[in-house]
Amino acid sequence: MKILVPVKRVVDYNVKVRVKSDNSGVDIANVKMSMNPFDEIAVEEAVRLKEKGLATEVIAVSCGVTQCQETLRTAMAIGADRGILVETPADLDLQPLAVAKLLKALVDKEQPGLIILGKQAIDDDCNQTGQMLAALADLPQATFASKVEIVDGKAQVTREIDGGLEVLSISLPAVVTTDLRLNEPRYVTLPNIMKAKKKQLDTFKPEDLGVDVAPRIKTLKVAEPAKRSAGIKVPDVATLVDKLKNVAKVI
Amino acid sequence: MALDTESFELLLPTLQRFIQERLIPAEDHLEEHDDVPLDIVQDMKDMGLFGLTVPEEFGGIGLSVSQEVLVNYELGRTAPAFRSVFGTNIGIGSQGILMDGTPEQKAAYLPRVASGELIMSFALTEPDVGTDAASLKTRAELDGDHYVLNGTKRYITNAPRAGAFTLMARTGGPGAGGVSAFIVPADLPGITLGKPDKKMGQRGTKTCDVILENVRVPAANIIGGVPGQGFKTAMKVLDRGRLNISAVSCGLASRILDEARRYARDRKQFGKPIGEFQLIQAMLADSQAELLAAWSLVKDVARRFDGKPAHVSDPDISMQVSCAKLFSTEMVGRVADRGVQIHGGAGYINEYPVERFYRDARLLRLYEGTTQVQQIIIGRELLRTA
Repeated sequence: MKILVPVKRVVDYNVKVRVKSDNSGVDIANVKMSMNPFDEIAVEEAVRLKEKGLATEVIAVSCGVTQCQETLRTAMAIGADRGILVETPADLDLQPLAVAKLLKALVDKEQPGLIILGKQAIDDDCNQTGQMLAALADLPQATFASKVEIVDGKAQVTREIDGGLEVLSISLPAVVTTDLRLNEPRYVTLPNIMKAKKKQLDTFKPEDLGVDVAPRIKTLKVAEPAKRSAGIKVPDVATLVDKLKNVAKVI
Repeated sequence: MALDTESFELLLPTLQRFIQERLIPAEDHLEEHDDVPLDIVQDMKDMGLFGLTVPEEFGGIGLSVSQEVLVNYELGRTAPAFRSVFGTNIGIGSQGILMDGTPEQKAAYLPRVASGELIMSFALTEPDVGTDAASLKTRAELDGDHYVLNGTKRYITNAPRAGAFTLMARTGGPGAGGVSAFIVPADLPGITLGKPDKKMGQRGTKTCDVILENVRVPAANIIGGVPGQGFKTAMKVLDRGRLNISAVSCGLASRILDEARRYARDRKQFGKPIGEFQLIQAMLADSQAELLAAWSLVKDVARRFDGKPAHVSDPDISMQVSCAKLFSTEMVGRVADRGVQIHGGAGYINEYPVERFYRDARLLRLYEGTTQVQQIIIGRELLRTA
């Protein structure tokens, strides 16, 4: 069974982002970029499944600018066998639906038994790509996985839901999206970094896959959250209730 | 020799994460138990940290000096004992073989050094011979195709863990020209180790005496195969080692500064954080400025070091290396002192890391050549070329 792992290049989670002065988006010039942490968990899970003998090949995919190659190298250093870059122009606003369509084309091409990806990316927090891919490819889906087991050709996926755990059994091929507690990604080792250099990395253009990646959503404005104003001290409960009722208007 | 940029940019964040998530949380355990936990040592081996400077053809990844100082800066941000586990393997323990060894010596030792299977130590210092290394007394007498070694080596880092030593002994007459560098397997009959040294700081690093009594070492184990070259080998090894000590000093200073900044922000006196007092800010500012100056110097000298062939010794670069070592180790001494000062009484209590770093930092000005030795090297070179 092949596993396809889509990975996104995002602003590193340690970076404090700044909005561009013209409010058109977040400034990513000279900002450290890394793999989306949820996708890193997805790569780790896929590699663990391979190490358990449940998968034969792990293929990492990234859609975006040329530098996404670095993200793919990271995936291959963790243990993915090869990488596919779907390269799009730097000025293109690549949106979840377009990515899902590109992934659908690659699913048709590679015929993986499992597609495992992050539940969302930490830059736009859309939480759409996995679900859209499942719909487009007409595959069963299990989102927000905290445990994945392959049993008798089915995926048993545990999901964290309000007040407990839900266990789904879905037939393969299927789409699984990862939650934070699925696993803790390993430290990339230097020997594996060296090996990753020699692994195969293929590049396609959206046209090669017959996909129209034109944006469907227009971003009107990106703004920083309003600054929190200083709090006040109240002398007693009566004043507190009064303020909550008449100033904050929350009760 | 260098690792390609793309791979290096994968390595550095991994190492940062390892230091942040595994090493820094283990600092207190290390201080209490005076040893690096075995699971951490295993993780270091798995990650390939023992092979950072060994060339790719021998199973390592062959960092350039410029890359190595960046790695050592990161490692400087935690307790020095962690780096020490593999520090002699990537540094002074193996560099002699790498720089001057015969192809057979490289093939026989470097792959095991890179994997961490073999720990190598550097043995130059003796009870009566520290700074004046050219007058070392350990004798090596030729007997057939072996040398018979007698003498004592002192303060040898990683000696209790070592599988082999790069060991300097006298094969010829007095002075630097009579010294040869040997590869001495630690299991040869006649080698005994002294009691572990009890040090002021850097707990978890292992140092002790190495005593040699009629130890028979094959003549083929002279690094490079030619006697009398050992002093030159040792000095080249120390050049690179000193740059790494400099980088460690900068990393440690940045960690101490972070600790001091956090304390200055959180600690309140007279109704406000102490960081709002300008006398505290002055100490932070001086530390930051000196750290930046030292780190810029170290990176610049590392770049120059990479510009010359590894086996060539250039007195001008050695002088610059000494400048980097002198300035950065003295800098971290001042930063550590201010770190304690900003913490006030709390800085004298072992609950705060600055207390430990203050003791750890003290060694940096002493080993691999004291500040005064660096001054002599710099002064002598300035007058030689005047």
